[in-house]
Amino acid sequence: MNFFLSIIFSFIAVMVVVLIPWIGVGALDLRVLFGIVIPYAAMATFFVGIIIRVIDWGRSPVPFRIPTTAGQEWSFPWIKRNRIDNPKGLGGVIVRMLFEVLTFRSLFRNTRLEYRRTQGVPKVDYEWEKWLWLAAILFHYSFLVIFLRHFRFFTEPVPGFVTLLQNLDGFMQMGAAPFNGFGLPGVYLTDMLLMAAVTWLLLRRVLYSQMRYISLPADYFPLFLILGLGFTGMLMRYLFRVDVTKVKELAIGLFKFSPTAPEGIGVIFYIHLFILCVLIAYFPFSKLMHLAGVFLSPTRNLANNNRFVRHVNPWNYPVATHTYEEYEDEFRDHMIEAGLPVEKGADATAETEEKE
Amino acid sequence: MADTPKPEETAKIDHRAPLFEEGWMNKPAELKPGIYCYGSKPKNLEYVGMPYPKEWNPTDEDWQLPENWKEIIQEGFKDRLDRFRTLKLFMDICVRCGACADKCHFFIGSGDPKNMPVLRAELLRSVYRKNFTTGGKILGPFGGGRELTEEVLKEWWYYLYQCTECRRCSLFCPYGIDTAEVTILGRELTNLLGLNTDWIAAPVANCYRTGNHLGIQPHAYKDMLEFFTDEIEDITGIRMEQDFNRKGAEILFITPSGDVFADPGTYTAMGYMMLFHYLKSMGLDITWSTYASEGGNFGYFTSHEMAKRLNAKMYAEAKRLGVKWILGGECGHMWRVLNQYMDTFNGPADFLEEPVSPITGTKFENAKTTKMTHIVEFTADLIKHNKLKLDPSRNDHLKVTFHDSCNPARGMGFFEEPRYVIKNVCNHFYEMPPETIREQTFCCGSGAGLNAGEDMELRMRGGLPRANAVRYVHEKHGVNMLSCICAIDRAVFPDLMRYWVPEVDVTGVHEMVANALVFEGEKKRTTDLRGEPLPGMEDEEDV
Repeated sequence: MNFFLSIIFSFIAVMVVVLIPWIGVGALDLRVLFGIVIPYAAMATFFVGIIIRVIDWGRSPVPFRIPTTAGQEWSFPWIKRNRIDNPKGLGGVIVRMLFEVLTFRSLFRNTRLEYRRTQGVPKVDYEWEKWLWLAAILFHYSFLVIFLRHFRFFTEPVPGFVTLLQNLDGFMQMGAAPFNGFGLPGVYLTDMLLMAAVTWLLLRRVLYSQMRYISLPADYFPLFLILGLGFTGMLMRYLFRVDVTKVKELAIGLFKFSPTAPEGIGVIFYIHLFILCVLIAYFPFSKLMHLAGVFLSPTRNLANNNRFVRHVNPWNYPVATHTYEEYEDEFRDHMIEAGLPVEKGADATAETEEKE
Repeated sequence: MADTPKPEETAKIDHRAPLFEEGWMNKPAELKPGIYCYGSKPKNLEYVGMPYPKEWNPTDEDWQLPENWKEIIQEGFKDRLDRFRTLKLFMDICVRCGACADKCHFFIGSGDPKNMPVLRAELLRSVYRKNFTTGGKILGPFGGGRELTEEVLKEWWYYLYQCTECRRCSLFCPYGIDTAEVTILGRELTNLLGLNTDWIAAPVANCYRTGNHLGIQPHAYKDMLEFFTDEIEDITGIRMEQDFNRKGAEILFITPSGDVFADPGTYTAMGYMMLFHYLKSMGLDITWSTYASEGGNFGYFTSHEMAKRLNAKMYAEAKRLGVKWILGGECGHMWRVLNQYMDTFNGPADFLEEPVSPITGTKFENAKTTKMTHIVEFTADLIKHNKLKLDPSRNDHLKVTFHDSCNPARGMGFFEEPRYVIKNVCNHFYEMPPETIREQTFCCGSGAGLNAGEDMELRMRGGLPRANAVRYVHEKHGVNMLSCICAIDRAVFPDLMRYWVPEVDVTGVHEMVANALVFEGEKKRTTDLRGEPLPGMEDEEDV
């Protein structure tokens, strides 16, 4: 499996994902299947899958407390400790986890290796590299905002924060986007950022030899899916307008458990929806589970307090050891001769030997 | 033993994998001499009851695997997935973002793409996906799954014993995936088939039997320390006798046996001895043990169980001798085990008391349950309370930098204590660049049982990033002494420095402490512990 094969395989897989609803709705008019059955199935898979996965992780215990300490430990009062990167209790752990989850703190540490040789002498440098962090954070937050913006399709009345978010997201682009004023709707900043970030996340897998080497179809596939999701979403907004009232009817129906699949929504909507269904149904079986996994990571979510708070291993079992008695039995004569204190006298050696 | 290439040759490293290449899954590992350690000898496995002992060589075509070896691995893997959340999680959540890729000293020094931490873990993950996940079972290679074959097993072995469990990658991982954990558990799997390296298996067997890795027997251990006593007397004019296996002492002292055996660790051992003697009249009541004569734990490089079996001696001996608490010497992985595992393995140590310095009265609150304190903490506290008369100018011939050992750094957060001590015992201290110290510190390249002779090329490659940073401060500030608080560091850095930065020597922190320590009634000191003239004493006769 080399990188060409991985990327082509993933691309074709996503093309198939696009074609299925295209044919299914466009040619066969299977609106109920694609508008109701599959979304429900996908959501069920998503929620049940995640819960099962997390429970499964949770079933395996954490036998040892092994945080990666990234700052000064709690020591003497006159030594300043790092409360966040080397937490000693729950409070510090919570702050550390918040930073990790909300700001991708570990990824922010990233550097890039710069290796040179001058006259045979190697020189190793570590250069600034925040692009991965930037792309990751833009991608995740844009996705979040876009997800929240979509609440206007599933809620009636639309909550105030959604409208606000939508206005903010759109407002920032006012006048800046080339399409404005040509009868096209305002461009959302997050749409652009998401597409740019995902494109970069994909490009780096292709451009950097190390990334090319480690990437699997499971890495390209979700990226293509998300690109497809964003692309179809933007097509719908800017080019092939769909009937939003009907989309909303379908969406609200789904969430109120009285689903309908109204006629006359463009097939592009079903493609968009189907990509989303595939993405969320794929979620629990994939690396996308890092979303839940990061909260459970024992190198991050534990305090560095082993020396003062005992950690119990639930499966700790007794092991064979070499006892002091066995040790002394073997070396007693030498020990006596060397003047080392012993538990038993010299005659004990003779006794042990006799027994044998 | 393979010849180690010249530094100029070693430095020709290409970190870019070729564009047109078959994927890594189909490329079997090629075992290169100088990179791997010899296979475990049967007697060493037998002594501790490890399975499938055999005479074997890693380059053999036939590794004499038991017929049901795949089942053994499958069962062993499953068992570990059920017992370690880390393994399960780390197999599942990696997104291959590549942040760890160029953080590994072995990748930096070798350019071998399978030394990228992500790839090292993928070697196991691919088999995990094939054998334990639906996607991998159905999609095979397209789902990232790979059949476990003998080739794959050999590849595991080759690369799992090219990781020093330093956890630098885990620092940069956005999900905290810890390759050390993967390596530890992967090595457990290889040990189910009797596939260890002898450089790990022999110290384990030795430690089990004699109490220390080097196999030093009790009388010889005492002899060595008496030899140091003579040396110290030559230098200071004071006889500093030590106690061994003494019941009723207040404190038990345990340090890596490397310190009593090989230079320059021996000077650090002499440093401990001198400090203890200095404090004797102030109320220090301490004993060494020949039974618990090893702080390090090569069992930890074998399996959790073996780590626990070897570690058990510390509390057992503390109990037998009836001491109040334990003081631990300068060592790296020893302190990760003591900090993150010991109490869980072999505690609770309720027969001991919360450590209190008999000299300053300071309570070591951060060691309340393990009852074990680091000697550098202990000394830092002494200095803070002005209990030591120090003459740092005796170390004026040294321009010192400090290497944070991986385990006290990322498994403890032990950064300021050693720096405080160093700055009080010597006048010239320079930090290496920030990307190479503290939590971002680079491994010596020889930890986790890789400090053998036959894998010298690997060690020199793995140590390159560290050596590079040392060279930087050597060229910028004239640094000529690399200090550290790890016995493996002291054992391996001299080779590494000779190879990459020959002008720099290696020392433990307590060697410098002892150099600076001013004893009442000592003779005029003309040399340091190494017998080299002190600054301004170059012309003295008594050298």
